[in-house]
Parts: sequence; C-alpha cells; structure tokens
Amino acid sequence: MQNITNTLEINHSYILERIRERIGINLLEFDHPYDILTITINKECIIDLLLFLRDDEILKFDFLTDICGIHYPNNKHREIGVIYHLHSLINNIRLRIKTFASSEDPTFLTASLIYASANWMERETYDFYGAIFQGHKDLRRILNMDEMNYFPMRKEYPLQDGTRTDKEDKYFGR
Amino acid sequence: MEQELTKKTNILEGSSPVSLDQLPQQDYNILNLGPTHPATHGIFQNVLKMDGEKIIDAEPTIGYIHRAFEKIAENRPFYQVTTLTDRLNYCSSPINNMGWHMTVEKLLGVKTTKKVDYMRVIIMELARISDHLICNSVLGVDTGALTGFTYVFQLREKIYDIYEEVCGARLTTNIGRIGGMERDFTPKFWQKLKEFLDEFPKIFNEFDSLLTRNRIFFDRTKNVGGISAERALNYGFTGPNLRATGVDYDVRAMNPYSSYQDFEFEVPVGETGDCYDRFLVRNEEIRQSIKIIEQAMKNMPEGRHFVDVPEFYLPPKQDVYTKMEALIWHFKIVMGEVDVPVGEVYHSVEGGNGELGYYLVSDGGRQAYRLHFRRPCFIFYQAYPELIKGSMLSDAILTMSSLNVIAGELDA
Repeated sequence: MQNITNTLEINHSYILERIRERIGINLLEFDHPYDILTITINKECIIDLLLFLRDDEILKFDFLTDICGIHYPNNKHREIGVIYHLHSLINNIRLRIKTFASSEDPTFLTASLIYASANWMERETYDFYGAIFQGHKDLRRILNMDEMNYFPMRKEYPLQDGTRTDKEDKYFGR
Repeated sequence: MEQELTKKTNILEGSSPVSLDQLPQQDYNILNLGPTHPATHGIFQNVLKMDGEKIIDAEPTIGYIHRAFEKIAENRPFYQVTTLTDRLNYCSSPINNMGWHMTVEKLLGVKTTKKVDYMRVIIMELARISDHLICNSVLGVDTGALTGFTYVFQLREKIYDIYEEVCGARLTTNIGRIGGMERDFTPKFWQKLKEFLDEFPKIFNEFDSLLTRNRIFFDRTKNVGGISAERALNYGFTGPNLRATGVDYDVRAMNPYSSYQDFEFEVPVGETGDCYDRFLVRNEEIRQSIKIIEQAMKNMPEGRHFVDVPEFYLPPKQDVYTKMEALIWHFKIVMGEVDVPVGEVYHSVEGGNGELGYYLVSDGGRQAYRLHFRRPCFIFYQAYPELIKGSMLSDAILTMSSLNVIAGELDA
C-alpha cells in the first residue's frame, strides 16, 4: 500500500477527482485558499464523505483536526456553517470541508460516531452557534452555563451590552 | 463450578470495570473532585463514580474560566489578539504568541527573514522547555517527590528572566510582533541565555536521575493512564501525549514553520502511551530543544529583527515624532484602522501540549470575521474518563498532571 501512495502524486485535483469518481458527492464549491483544499458540500453528505475519506486506501484522511462553527447572517438559508479540518497524516495533506444550514433549522449530522474527538468539538459548536448535531449522544452546552438561552457567537449578539450608558460620549466631554 | 467461583471473585475484586457495572447502584460512591482541589493544578471538576477507591466512571465539567476569547477576538484589531493567546496555555505563552503572528503573516503573505525565524525558534524552544519542566516536575510532586520540582523550578525562573530581557514580561509575555520581534536580542539576553545553557545540563541531569530510574516513581507511573495509538488518534491527541503512544507526529517536523527545517532534532516516541512514557517523551524533548537552541545560536544570521510590514509593525518611536509617514502608520496601527485582505487561513504550531491551530477567516474588515483556536487540551481532555476508568483515585490525579491539561487553554 505504501508503494501506491508513494508513486502517486496526491494533489488537490487528484483528491477532487477521487471524491467525485468514488462516491459521486455533489461538490457545491471548491477552492484552495492558502494551500488548503476547501470543499463545500450538502450537509446530508458529510458522514458519507468523512467515512469515505477515512477508509480510502490512498487518501487516508484519518485524523480530525478540528470542527468549528461560523455564522453568516446575510447568507439566506445558509446562515450557520460547520467547518471540518481533516488531516491525512500519512500523505501530510490537509482538507477543509464546509457545510451550511439555515438558522431556522440548524441541524447537522454528528461525526462523533466516527471520531471520538468530535464529541466535545460538536458540543462547543452547539454551545456557540446552536448547531444541532443529530445522533450526538450528549449534546449539551460545554463552556457556557446551562441556563444560557442564546448562542453567543452568532453575529446578532454584540460583544458589549447595548444598554450600557457609562461609555456615552457626553461623559468624556465629546 | 471452579470457573464460576473465579468469575465471582473477579467481580468482587473488581478486576475489570465492565463486570463491576453489574453491582447494584447503591454500592457506588459519588466523589466531587474539584472544581478547586489542590491536586488538580487548575480549575477542573470531575464527578467520579467510585467503588471504594476504584473509579468506575468520570464526568468532567469544564468552562469554569471560560473568557469568550473567540468572541473578543472578533472585536479587536489583530495586534490586540496576541494578548488573548497569552492566556491560552499560559505555561508556554510565547509559542501561542508566535503562532498567532505567523497566522497573520500567512494571511498577509509576509515572508519573514531567517533572522526573525531563528530568534523566534530560540524563544519558542525556551517556552517548550519551561512547559515540559513544569509538567514533568509536577508529575513528580504528585507521586510525592517534591525535591525534583524545587530543582527545576529555578530553571523555569531563569527562562522567565530571559523572556523579561526580550519583552519585559514573564508569564503573559505578548512577545514578538506581526512581522518580526519587537527588538533585537540585547547582549544581556545572550549572556543570560549562555548562562542558562551552561547550568542547565547539570541540574536537569540531577532531576532526571531523581525520577527516571526511581523505583517508586516507576511503579506509580508505569501502566497508569495508558492509551493505544489507535484510540489516541481517534481522540485527536497531538503533541507529547500522542508521541508517547508511538506516533511520530510533530508539527515542527511534518509542516515546518519558522525555518524548523534548518535544524536537526529528533522526535522522541514512546510505546504504551502511559504516564511514564509521557514523562520520558517530555524529558527527551527538553534535550532536543536545547539542541535546537544551540544550533540557532551558532547559526544566527545577520540582519534586521523585523520585515517591512508598515501597516502592522510599529515604527520606531523617534521616527513617530519626526517623520510624517511613521506617524500615520503609528496612528493607524494603534487605532486599529488597518484593513486586512479577504481570506481564510489555518496555521498550526507545535505548542507545549500539542498542535495549536489558528483558523482565521477574514472578510476584509479590520478585525477577524471568525477566529477559532484549535486548543490541543480541549480535544484530548475528553479522553480523560476513558484513561482513568478502572484505576485508583491517586492514579487519576497522576494521569491528569501527566496529560498536561492547562485550564486556560481548555476553557479559552
């Protein structure tokens, strides 16, 4: 197996081609900002893709580096995003996968059954962005307190309390 | 009949945690370990389900010192984010600082010179030494050996004196700038560094001989809190904890940043991934770091300690008072009025306890649109219940300190 990987040059176009050829997932967008191949897919396909990438004998994206959320309030019906960073330790190549859902129904599929490390990463994403990972066994808040009733990293929540008056200009003679 | 009997006694002795679950619930004790407990070195809470002194299950609760760094970072100019990174893994804050500077430089497309890279390497390796020294010596303290700790804590003080010479601070260093270092290394810095390197081997070898072949230490740490390489990778382990299981993944070697490809060093690996292996891996990494620092000192290139990024690197103070352009840049930087290019970049460095990643999304504004820290502690600490299941309470304490979990990094 080692020989196959050594003789092939695994570059971005090869990865894209292999994903298309082997599992026929519809890649909505792809790009490679700053040398990391970034693909956007439908949120329903994420488990198929993660499993394929992990088990493929050439690509071997078997290390989940990170999961994080992102919020684009102006992208209608695609407001909440979940971003996966994968790393193929054997080929030393990274891959970024993005999925989006609307803020009315921010449901995603859980990766925690594939990667044990996804457990807390998904809880953190839920905690900050309200992304709901279906199939996750223990989807609770992790860093914020349980009583919190909003998702603080969404863009509609400003860092400072809007009702504060102690920083008004008149107090500074302006 | 005999088989059945041994089975029964096995259950009673609790040889395996699975069979213990068959015992009725009321036989278990619930123990709150933490949030503040002198043996846990930070704010960690674990609700332990115990059968006598044996741990059946653990439920970690984190977030006690959550400070919303990612939210704050979305509201600050880039140079002010450096101070947030200080407070992640505060045992090796210079590595976090440099990682952030390099992330921004990657976004801006700035190529640093060898001089800057080598200076950074020296600081980062010093930080790694101090990080590993704390972790390993505290592991000794937790097994009851306080002496080694007092030996190497002096060395950590010396390292902090060296930071002080570069940036004026000791713990939350805010060292370096986007585009280089804040000032060139002074002769006093070199003198302090040389003194440190001269006295280091003697004290460190003494520390090593106190613990590494110590029978009590060996018995306490061997086969405690072990994990297989496969599980470790599945749990997202990185850094010394992963290398102790036998996987030679080191960001410095695999994706060299800051000219690490110029240096010769070895990546030590363990076998069983238990506390003892983690201890050995850290000890060897300290020696390798010393080797790297010596090479960097020997081959230190000539040149300036910063590169030309006027929109992020503060001009010298005397120019601000006399030159118009410098004054404008100074104002723009301090007021955070510099626009940054659109893009998204992931950069990772080998932090004190694993791969420390920065995922930065910029929409062309003056702050980050999204900044996510990949904090190694946060990811591998979720394996903690699995590591301590079936072991004794005292082993759980050891396992936590040998994982090198830092509360600041865990909770962000």
